[in-house]
Amino acid sequence: MTDLTKLTLASALDGMKAREFSSMELTDAHIGACEAASGLNAFITPTFDLARDQAKASDERRVSGTIGKLEGAPLGMKDLFCTEGVRTTAASKILGDFTPPYESTVSANMKADGMVMLGKLNLDQFAMGSANETSCFGPVINPWRNGEDLVPGGSSGGSAAAVAADLCLGATATDTGGSIRQPAGFTGTVGIKPTYGRCSRYGIVAFASSLDQAGPIAKTVEDAAILLESMAGYDPKDSTSINEPVPDWRGAVGQSVKGLRVGVPREYTMDGIPKEIDAVWAEGVEWMREAGAEIVDVSLPHTKYALPVYYVVAPAEASSNLARYDGMRYGLRVEGENLADTYERTRTEGFGDEVRRRVMIGTYVLSAGYYDAYYLRAQKVRTKIADDFRQAWESCDVLLTPTAPSAAFPVGRKINDPIQMYLNDVFTVTANLAGLPGISVPAALDGNGLPLGLQIIGRALDESTVFKAAGALEKAAGFDAKPDKWWS
Amino acid sequence: MTFIAPRVADEKDWLQGETGPWELIIGLEVHAQVASIAKLFSGAPTAFGAEPNTQVALVDAGLPGMLPVVNKYCVEQAVRTGLGLNAQINKFSRFDRKNYFYVDLPQGYQISQFEHPVVGEGEIEIVPEGGEPVTVGIERLHLEQDAGKSIHDLSPDETYVDLNRSGVALMEIVSKPDMRSAAEASAYVDALRQIVRALGTCDGDMEKGNLRADVNVSVRKPGGELGTRCEIKNVNSLRFIRQAIGYEARRHIEILEAGGEIDQETRLYDTVKGETRTMRSKEDAHDYRYFPDPDLLPLELSDDFIDRIKADLPELPAARKARFVEQFRLPDYDAGVLTSDKATGDYFEIVAQKRDPKSASNWMMGELFGRLNADEIGIEDSPVSADALGGLIDRIADKTISGKIAKDVFSKMFEGEGTADEIIERDGLKQVTDMGAIEAMVDEVIAANRDQAEKAKDNPKLVGFFVGQVMKKSQGKANPQAVNELLRSKLGL
Repeated sequence: MTDLTKLTLASALDGMKAREFSSMELTDAHIGACEAASGLNAFITPTFDLARDQAKASDERRVSGTIGKLEGAPLGMKDLFCTEGVRTTAASKILGDFTPPYESTVSANMKADGMVMLGKLNLDQFAMGSANETSCFGPVINPWRNGEDLVPGGSSGGSAAAVAADLCLGATATDTGGSIRQPAGFTGTVGIKPTYGRCSRYGIVAFASSLDQAGPIAKTVEDAAILLESMAGYDPKDSTSINEPVPDWRGAVGQSVKGLRVGVPREYTMDGIPKEIDAVWAEGVEWMREAGAEIVDVSLPHTKYALPVYYVVAPAEASSNLARYDGMRYGLRVEGENLADTYERTRTEGFGDEVRRRVMIGTYVLSAGYYDAYYLRAQKVRTKIADDFRQAWESCDVLLTPTAPSAAFPVGRKINDPIQMYLNDVFTVTANLAGLPGISVPAALDGNGLPLGLQIIGRALDESTVFKAAGALEKAAGFDAKPDKWWS
Repeated sequence: MTFIAPRVADEKDWLQGETGPWELIIGLEVHAQVASIAKLFSGAPTAFGAEPNTQVALVDAGLPGMLPVVNKYCVEQAVRTGLGLNAQINKFSRFDRKNYFYVDLPQGYQISQFEHPVVGEGEIEIVPEGGEPVTVGIERLHLEQDAGKSIHDLSPDETYVDLNRSGVALMEIVSKPDMRSAAEASAYVDALRQIVRALGTCDGDMEKGNLRADVNVSVRKPGGELGTRCEIKNVNSLRFIRQAIGYEARRHIEILEAGGEIDQETRLYDTVKGETRTMRSKEDAHDYRYFPDPDLLPLELSDDFIDRIKADLPELPAARKARFVEQFRLPDYDAGVLTSDKATGDYFEIVAQKRDPKSASNWMMGELFGRLNADEIGIEDSPVSADALGGLIDRIADKTISGKIAKDVFSKMFEGEGTADEIIERDGLKQVTDMGAIEAMVDEVIAANRDQAEKAKDNPKLVGFFVGQVMKKSQGKANPQAVNELLRSKLGL
């Protein structure tokens, strides 16, 4: 029998449908792969027993003829999604052994569609980080190596690593400033952040509410479409959820891009970006042209302000969102001499350095006397950034950009240099600020044999075109490299 | 917010100090709990007096990933209230987070409306006791969620938290600094209470804490520069509002006259000691770091939505009072009392239907309120219904019974012994109008009191004694007028 973990989600679903193998066999194969890959540290909480129960139930459903969109597929869940009865940590110490009595809407949708959950995947603590090094459960190691351990990107590093290493057929992730796309770029996987409001945020541990958005990391563009179709959908429990039907995204993959206007934003050419990145980008433009797309030069003049805006808005919201972790009702509590002392000790011990840094930045920018200069101004510039895109859509249908300014870098290289770390989001953060869908597709290997990704950004709610363009890009790139299986 | 206070208090409301008169400037922030069965951002119930922590949705407890969803009913009630306050309804408003840490604030922030409240400026007219009507400006009304409750007295060294109130919808109604005496402040809160009760948007029950006030007090030389204000938090009865203002005004005057300065601070009113004391000073004031709540979309109200609420507004107490004066020719005082809450007004309108409004009013304000108050029963639960009281008044009008007998009958009705007719019938209370029977009794009484009858000729006042005797003989049933006339003629008066 072929190695079932090498399958794409689409082919695995087909294989089960054709009764070539059962969900149990597929699940067992993946559990085996997970067990052998502990060196990657991709999981915080494996749920193999639960997965086998779900696979068994799925196989029974299949006999009775009721099958869902993800029927029997073993998948990973970023440990930012609350899962009923399964510990949810956000990779933090402060949540301790918090076990939610409720299920996030996204994971509930996937459960209802027949998902088998292999476990909760590692991430940066509270999704704050670009290298998956801020997790209090230790860093995730990228399956791709370059003589030394590399980071998988972040914050959805566990999701990206698990998919790249064939530990699961796909995984959920979340993206606040690039946390789906940058790790996808670093691991040779596909990751899409849909339009803000496509996926319900209900039950996802909040980082920055106006930017957070769930999406999948997958092996192929088609797999990403299948997963997102299950994850997305209107949810009255999230006031920012968009009440629009979920289209047939899977069907959009493979459609011709003839006549599609692909914008190339000139401001995404930046100083200090490795030549290889620009070269892959140029190659991507050629691929799209050859596929029949029309290439358009566009300008997004406020791009240079995107990172500063992001690092005001996101920490501001985070400082408030994380106020609830106070040791009073659940999670870690470190007793102090009085209430204020208990708060201080709990939060000092419970939050890692990066989370504390952002809570402090956020508290500062919202403070009386600084609010106007930072938060309010950032919101105004954010509007301008969104306007840039609206302007661009007059001359193009999607934008093509690099995903990240570098390939995966060594573990420990940037962790003590927050500014360097924050620069990772430079190409991705604009889509969050404007609420637009963005997808990263693996394009090529760099000189060191590490994957590089390209990003397609589309109009709000126009994931169909994004999937179409991404499909064309994927086809043209023909990226089929896999990391050496050094970990098992 | 910059406040101006152009109106100068009536001289009778000036407070005398050592250095001359002072004028009080008062503004109020009233927190009115929205009469809603569910909370502002969750479906959890809001029943009063439930077991601790039994009315708490996941979002009310601040669990990770839980999101608020605005309760449209509460928004409607805020708009209704705004319309009742003759106020501007803001078609665009927004929820903000007010950030601070406390054990009974599970999210670490309170969702409120800071920059863009749902209701803007308005005004209401109040009539302070013994004073002229005063117009009080409304600065704004906004929606916000209540916090939980910290319970410090269950254990000497532990604080317990009850989250039942966490997330309950409140309307914060902010007045302009338009009140100049404790009586005006008290009348203002009472007027607000009547308005929200008439609208049905708040139960207005101060004892249950669903209407409470933060009182801002300062003093100035009449018409002079505004002084520094202090805010007295959470005062929960009209009496305490008056007392707290009285105490606080005196405190300010004493400090100022001794050459001191008022510290702008937040104070608490100690109802036992009858004094206010510092809760926190300006230096300790929180920086609440308000910012728009990214979990919630701005509230955008359509004209249609507002118009539908407008069309459905009930008659408000002030309008009803005016109508009672006009339609029923009631004295101002009666109309005021009878329209002070909706149920009382409704009761009156039933009793007064096709009857003499003034007797209806007298019976309600006399016997009915007397008994209800003595037994601490609300008019909604009155054992004597409006129709039943009307039935009793009918028997007086058609002279079946006298007013005096009617009071006894009322008492029996109140005890649940039946309708007026049933009791009159059962106890044989029908007034005796048979002149023959009355004459026989009159003759008997005169015969038994010959001496007195003689004296009566010189002292006509004695007729009262004879009336009393005859009435006693008839067990009160004889028509007193007939008795009086017969006696006068028989005694030769």
